[in-house]
Amino acid sequence: METRTTDLAPVGKRGPQREAAVENLQYLTFNLAGESYGVDILKVQEIRGWVPVTKVPNAPVFVRGVMNLRGAIVPVVDLRLRFGLESVEYTKTTVVIVVTVHTEQSDRIIGMVVDGVSDVLNINNAADIKEAPNFGSAVSTEFINGLVALDSGMVMLLDVDRLLSVEEMFSLDTVRNSSQAALAHAS
Amino acid sequence: MAIDIGQFVQTFFDESLEGLDVMEAGLLALSPGAADLEQINTIFRAAHSIKGGSGTFGFSEVTDFTHAMETLLDKMREGRLTVTAEAVNTLLESVDCLREMLVSLREQVDIDNAQVEKLRVRLLRLLEQNEGNGTATSKVATAKPTSPPPPPSPTAETTDWRIEFLPHAQLMHSGNDPVRIFRELSTLGALTVRADCSRLPRLAEMNPEDCYLSWRLELQNAASREAVAEVFAWVEDECDLRIEPLTGAVPPVAPEVQKSAPKDTPEAAKTSTEETHQGELVLERRSSGDRRKGERRTNAAAADSGSIRVSIDKVDAVINLVGELVTTQSMLSALGVDFEMSRLDKLHEALDQLDRNTRDLQEHVMRIRMLPVSSVFSRFPRIVHDVSGKLGKQVELLMNGEQTEIDKTVIEKIGDPLVHLVRNSLDHGLEPPAERLEQGKPETGNIMLDAYHKSGSIFIEVADDGRGLNREALLRKGLENGLLKAGEDYSDEQIYELIFHPGLSTAKQISDVSGRGVGMDVVRRNIQDVGGNIQIASEPGRGTKITICLPLTLAILDGQLVTIGQDCYIIPLLSIIESVQARPEMINRLAGKNEVFHFRGQHLPILRLYELFGTKGAQTDLEKGLLVVVEADGRQVGLFVDDLLGQQQISIKSLEKNFRRVPGVAGATILGDGRVGLILDISGLIRINHTI
Repeated sequence: METRTTDLAPVGKRGPQREAAVENLQYLTFNLAGESYGVDILKVQEIRGWVPVTKVPNAPVFVRGVMNLRGAIVPVVDLRLRFGLESVEYTKTTVVIVVTVHTEQSDRIIGMVVDGVSDVLNINNAADIKEAPNFGSAVSTEFINGLVALDSGMVMLLDVDRLLSVEEMFSLDTVRNSSQAALAHAS
Repeated sequence: MAIDIGQFVQTFFDESLEGLDVMEAGLLALSPGAADLEQINTIFRAAHSIKGGSGTFGFSEVTDFTHAMETLLDKMREGRLTVTAEAVNTLLESVDCLREMLVSLREQVDIDNAQVEKLRVRLLRLLEQNEGNGTATSKVATAKPTSPPPPPSPTAETTDWRIEFLPHAQLMHSGNDPVRIFRELSTLGALTVRADCSRLPRLAEMNPEDCYLSWRLELQNAASREAVAEVFAWVEDECDLRIEPLTGAVPPVAPEVQKSAPKDTPEAAKTSTEETHQGELVLERRSSGDRRKGERRTNAAAADSGSIRVSIDKVDAVINLVGELVTTQSMLSALGVDFEMSRLDKLHEALDQLDRNTRDLQEHVMRIRMLPVSSVFSRFPRIVHDVSGKLGKQVELLMNGEQTEIDKTVIEKIGDPLVHLVRNSLDHGLEPPAERLEQGKPETGNIMLDAYHKSGSIFIEVADDGRGLNREALLRKGLENGLLKAGEDYSDEQIYELIFHPGLSTAKQISDVSGRGVGMDVVRRNIQDVGGNIQIASEPGRGTKITICLPLTLAILDGQLVTIGQDCYIIPLLSIIESVQARPEMINRLAGKNEVFHFRGQHLPILRLYELFGTKGAQTDLEKGLLVVVEADGRQVGLFVDDLLGQQQISIKSLEKNFRRVPGVAGATILGDGRVGLILDISGLIRINHTI
């Protein structure tokens, strides 16, 4: 895997404070529905090919189920569905990125299904990360850390902790609603 | 050769905290007025050890405080101080204080000296109050009517002593050195030492680590007898010690004081026989000291959750089983070399053997984590004693089945719920003595704790013979809070269920013991968290009984695999009563939507699992699938599944670790083909079924 570095001339804000805060940030980039996203590489535990998962009853629709990761039960989230996009058939290149999500109580291991994995992105200059534009209330953007402009396009950097936070995703209300819906539908 | 004693500090803390438990249990068992010498001795020895140990490690606050307690206990056991309820309570509080001190020292946090000082003053006051006859201090006792005013005790009492010190052979094995003792004695006064080497064997036969010498010492112008005796505190279990006043140099008053007492009261008779008593006591101490150590060893595991005490035979059983497992393994490897189909049945045999070995090993290893319930029950005597005293009620606590064993994690989780239930009984259930008499009940109320095994689960019961639950008050509260609808007829159970509702309380007053209405829902949740359930039975005026049912172990269970659509689920074997093929004549519909089926004279609801789980592609025709009749919480239900697969033993993995708790699912497991199988939570499903 080729490591690409960005060395754009800093546009906009510049100054000594920013200089001081420069660290070497690495992001694993992946593709989803034609877009590129990146997650902090330190949070990525491993990358696996797609394996059939066991469905969990009354889970939100983007939780496809749970899988066996060397003895641990790990939930698998379909990011397309999480973003409200159409789901697709899983192919040979479909991968599951297993990440460690940090919550107040503990660290959880969660897998996310993406279309394909790309390169590791090295960001030398924190200034390159621009803030995400506000799309209005229709789209929640609190899990987007920022945007990076590359030659090949834009990469949206995701905050894994917020993206896959248990409270937001797995709230009891979501479950109750979906189960009631299922029963209403059945009877 | 300075040994770093720092490494032993942790042991000192562990042992001292255990010693405090012993003291507490002993104090609770003391009935005021009757001085059970054996009991007092046990308490005294525990205090004594703590004092000695704390001295070694330089914890002077502990030493000083324990010394005050010890003096009080010493007087009690010599009969010079009566065992009053006040004394016992003060000592109990001192035990608490000492526990806090030790914990503070262990955590290297500051000790609350103000608290310590307050208690010490109380102890000293008790000592002064009850000074009977005797040689001890110069204060004149506030005499009880039965005993005459003591003879004016000489302020300058005997200070010359002859000490005969005969250490046992192993004295030096515990690191004690007579020379150090003598050195300390010499700081008390003028000391002459004479050694008796008569028991020394020849050099060739001598064990250099044993002590063969004995000594006669004379100490002049020293301190009180107690001060002298204290120097030998550390070794008193390992020697024969006699401390006598040095005759000749003794002022005539002293022997008189000893001897004049017997004329007066029977109590003083004890003091005159003090001498011989002392000698006897020394021997007694030695033998019961060992017994005490034995007791401590068999005590249930420490409250510390990081470690566990396991009985040796459990460990031996596991070692044996591992040995058998190794044998089976070598059998299998031998078979594996040049395997031919003709040896297939030998292979089967060996695999069966392996199956048995693994099961046995599993069972025995799980038992290691099982502790007797007594480790939870042991805190209740103290709680009942304190709370009943505070509330002015008379309560007797009966405990049964303390040896019943439960998994350690379960024990830790049910401790607090049980305390809450007992406090509820004490506060709300049991009536004050006057009310009880009015009702024709005995003045003393009873709280009964019982633990037993039954059909693969552990049952713990908390029962009292108090007022019982007030159905009317609960009904009213339920209606007030909108949890119940007016006009509907509710069964007793449904009304009692209300007490589990957070925020609901029928207590007229909120005390600091209970009554806020936040406890019971937490209790139930805690119990459900470990896979158990809780049920209430009550009779107004007669009492209440709360039954908690807990699973035996948390990690492994026997499961029946079933399929629903493409998915494989597991039903715990213990909850399955029977599996039947549904026939149309068995099935009825109630009120148009609830399906029930006729099973052994009962009508049980049918739970279509594929509906509940939203499974696609599952069997929907009742006659083409199977009904698995399961039971939980005393209720039965028929689960509709596609088919039954095999049965196997599965290890339970939690879904909540990385995901969240799913209603109706108790956990997950890895199946033989590597897939994840979900384990059904039968009582959860039944509950869901009821609320739909």
